[in-house]
Amino acid sequence: MAKKVALLQGNEACAHGALYAGCNFFGGYPITPSTEVAEVLSNELPKFGGKFIQMEDEIGAMASIIGASLTGAKALTASSGPGISLKQELIGYACIAEVPCVIISVMRGGPSTGMPTGPGQSDVMQAKWGTHGDHATIALAPASVQEIFTETVRAFNLAEKYRMPVQVVYDEIVGHMRERIEFPEPGDLEIINRAKPTVGPDKYKPYDTSFGDVPPLAAYGTGYRYHVTGLNKAQDGFPTTKAEYVDAEERRQIRKVEGEVARVDIEKYEEYLTDDATILLFAYGSTSRSARYAVNELRKEGIKVGLFRPITLWPFPEKRIAALGKQVKAIIVPELNLGQMNLEVERVVKGACPVISIGRVDGEPINPGQIIAQVKEVK
Amino acid sequence: MAYDYEKYIRPGKLPHIWCPGCGHGIVMKGLIRAIDSCGLDKNNTALVSGIGCASRLPGYLDFCTLHTAHGRAAAFATGVKMAKPEMNVIVMGGDGDGTAIGGNHFIHACRRNIDMTYVIMNNLIYGMTGGQFSPCTPTGDKASTTPYGNPDPTFDISKLAIGAGATFVARTTAFHATQIDKLIAEGIKHKGMAIIEVLDDCPTTYGRRNKFRSVIDMMKRLKDIAVPVAAAGKMTAEQLEGKVLTGVLYKEDKPEYCEQYAKVIAKASGAK
Amino acid sequence: MSGTRIEVIEKYCKGCSICVEFCPKNVLEMDGFLAKVVRLQDCIKCMQCELRCPDFAIKVYVD
Repeated sequence: MAKKVALLQGNEACAHGALYAGCNFFGGYPITPSTEVAEVLSNELPKFGGKFIQMEDEIGAMASIIGASLTGAKALTASSGPGISLKQELIGYACIAEVPCVIISVMRGGPSTGMPTGPGQSDVMQAKWGTHGDHATIALAPASVQEIFTETVRAFNLAEKYRMPVQVVYDEIVGHMRERIEFPEPGDLEIINRAKPTVGPDKYKPYDTSFGDVPPLAAYGTGYRYHVTGLNKAQDGFPTTKAEYVDAEERRQIRKVEGEVARVDIEKYEEYLTDDATILLFAYGSTSRSARYAVNELRKEGIKVGLFRPITLWPFPEKRIAALGKQVKAIIVPELNLGQMNLEVERVVKGACPVISIGRVDGEPINPGQIIAQVKEVK
Repeated sequence: MAYDYEKYIRPGKLPHIWCPGCGHGIVMKGLIRAIDSCGLDKNNTALVSGIGCASRLPGYLDFCTLHTAHGRAAAFATGVKMAKPEMNVIVMGGDGDGTAIGGNHFIHACRRNIDMTYVIMNNLIYGMTGGQFSPCTPTGDKASTTPYGNPDPTFDISKLAIGAGATFVARTTAFHATQIDKLIAEGIKHKGMAIIEVLDDCPTTYGRRNKFRSVIDMMKRLKDIAVPVAAAGKMTAEQLEGKVLTGVLYKEDKPEYCEQYAKVIAKASGAK
Repeated sequence: MSGTRIEVIEKYCKGCSICVEFCPKNVLEMDGFLAKVVRLQDCIKCMQCELRCPDFAIKVYVD
């Protein structure tokens, strides 16, 4: 049977990806350029008993999805720049309390109100370090309408599997462009649900590491009574200031994402003609589409350029970038900011090759010509 | 036989962190009696709080407890209730948490008339951070950040709740211990947003700065300023000067939020 | 009063003296920083000491 196809906007695909993943709760607040996610879900969720709530502000929206998730719901919010700034406090809460949820961050120009209808990629470091305190981050960066669908599904899977907030960050161009999308059939994509407790309520502890680095999370209202707090806590969920408990919990919460095994599971990237490349383009989101075009054009001229496109932005694919840094003469990082991921690439290649930033923040996309010119300069 | 508070207290959690004479413990007892009298199932009851002294309350009690971020309790609680309307949701918090940093969540939870009970312990001050003035600190009073006297006008929490759309609003004080559980119980039974303001005392950071020589002075003040709504009708404006009305201040039957959303679901899913 | 017993749980009592002050029959007194039952025979089981004890430190047992 032929798959169902449609011409969809990126934000609409996001909403449908969420529904495919089993999202049954959305708490949001209107903001350009992410509002379409909320609009579609306000229409779709109640059709099957799901819940949509437009909260009084961005912080309230973030609070509502954490509350909903604790009852067992698969919860989503969507916002952009200033709204994501407001949510940071509670993104940190979801990190420390280990509550699964998904946050869509559609990037526009900034800082502050910036350019609400213009594209940007300047919130990628915010995704990593926006909330205060040490914490691990999972952030995914789709580059097409189809990929927004599949990465939203993967975001829910990772949130449930690792019991934490997961962000999907894409620029306004990808969020608002329309492309053909093939809807996966039920069963085509894996759906992961959070681990449920295997012990009875009398033995249950919400952060019991005898079950590994990701302890099972019981839902409120199912017979398990436990405490959730934003304070540093011990394995029983109650606040503690005991150095050894605080240290162990902080390290575990980072290890569960950045540990060797987890990284292999979470990291995802696409390489295009990198095998023999002597110049590497590192690009994500809409910019990676210009970069791919540039690679094709330059290859016609015999210039050995390849593209590395991170689909998981955080945790950063350190090992592979370090290896490529030793292979190529230079890495060029085009992005719609003034060199944010460029810094990360530099950090990882440790001077093995020059890392050159192409930054653009005037509200226009980076076009292939800009990238081609830069490649020819370093060739 | 003595009253069995222990049935609802998590083993090993007492003594609590509150200072000698702080009324929060009296309110906690009232809450326990209210929950017990309503026969709420522990497994199906969520206690939600924000940040501050009062917000430590849920941690002592054996329910599904959620100690959130500063001011955000009502918004977290809205998520819990909306996702699982069959749960009883009770919010416990202070005046600064609820009406300053959490003011927006507070008024909108009232406006939605979502079925929860919010007990707001109004001790006129930010206690945990050491006594800074809150939106409820009386004008002219001393706080650690109003060394020359508080220039700010104050919120009347109950009026704020009524204005914002809460459909059950009641007030009492930490002195009036038996009224606390009665009003909370009435709030729990009410379908919709119930606000119970409990005028409370903070001897440590408010009392000693404002000429209260002791906890007892503060308790006596709570006793003296309270006027039952029924009695107020027979009093002159002069007699009511400096008093606060206690009892059920407002009650109205209005559509509840989760029930309203159930209608949205029925409409969207094509059910008749 | 026969059958009535008032227990002060000393490890919980923080010595605020609310129970002493508002007992209508002066059943309790402060003993340093702790409340102490001194005139149990006068107790009328009104429970005000227990109800107003913020620290869960007073239990009134009645038959």
